[in-house]
Amino acid sequence: MKWGVLQFPGSCDERDALHACRLAGGEARLVWHESRDLDGLDAIVVPGGFSYGDYLRAGAIARFSPAMEAVAELAGGGGPVLGICNGFQVLCEANLLPGALLLNEQLRFTCRQVDLLAGDEVLSIPVKHGEGRYWAPEEMLDALEASGQVAFRYAPGQNPNGSARDIAGVRNEAGNVVGLMPHPEHAVDAMTGSTDGLRVFESIAGALA
Amino acid sequence: MPRARVLIRPKEGILDPQGKAVERALPALGFEGVEHVRVGRVVELETDRPDALPELCEKLLANPLIEDFEIEQIDE
Repeated sequence: MKWGVLQFPGSCDERDALHACRLAGGEARLVWHESRDLDGLDAIVVPGGFSYGDYLRAGAIARFSPAMEAVAELAGGGGPVLGICNGFQVLCEANLLPGALLLNEQLRFTCRQVDLLAGDEVLSIPVKHGEGRYWAPEEMLDALEASGQVAFRYAPGQNPNGSARDIAGVRNEAGNVVGLMPHPEHAVDAMTGSTDGLRVFESIAGALA
Repeated sequence: MPRARVLIRPKEGILDPQGKAVERALPALGFEGVEHVRVGRVVELETDRPDALPELCEKLLANPLIEDFEIEQIDE
């Protein structure tokens, strides 16, 4: 399987994402933001960081890059796309995922390990963000819950940013695009305390096998 | 070229932590009785295509899900 990890000016977690993709199985390459070349790629990761310095709004400018235009086409055709942190912000700004990410309620950047509920599983994954508070209008939140689009939720009492209904990540209706604020790519080696992040990458690889 | 000014504000009903932080800091500076502070953004630009401004605002300058915007033509 071949993964593509986008790289914008200001991305910082793309190399850890490459490493996680390779650990989960398959090859992985970077896709520079100016390139539309997704040839041969089975899945795309939009990584964490501060693309374009988070200028204007986090992800607001990255969504217009040529690479994201190509990713939107791939997603429209059902291709799997995983957005992590800034990647989640980019996907929401690009309207590939519903909702928006706002400033953390406490106004402080947060960097800590949290427990995430993902289906029946509990994953220990770090978060590190200043604008991670997921928000959508109430009717949209109700619709997301009803259609099973809430993909990740902070365990009770562990919401690090005040996000609506403890939502940490969502998927689109078709289920091929997923975004989450926590960083699974930083939880793939026992050295950093948890390898639960690998589950996220493996589940995508498994779905494509 | 004709100048325009765009005001971008967080939508009513959405928590604005920046506004709250400003609000809470004011009494310590001696300003009592200030409420409901909301912090937005101003973008000024020159364009000879003012008809394209609404689309520019909706697509880039503001996120219509969470922000309202207002376009002011400054001259011409």
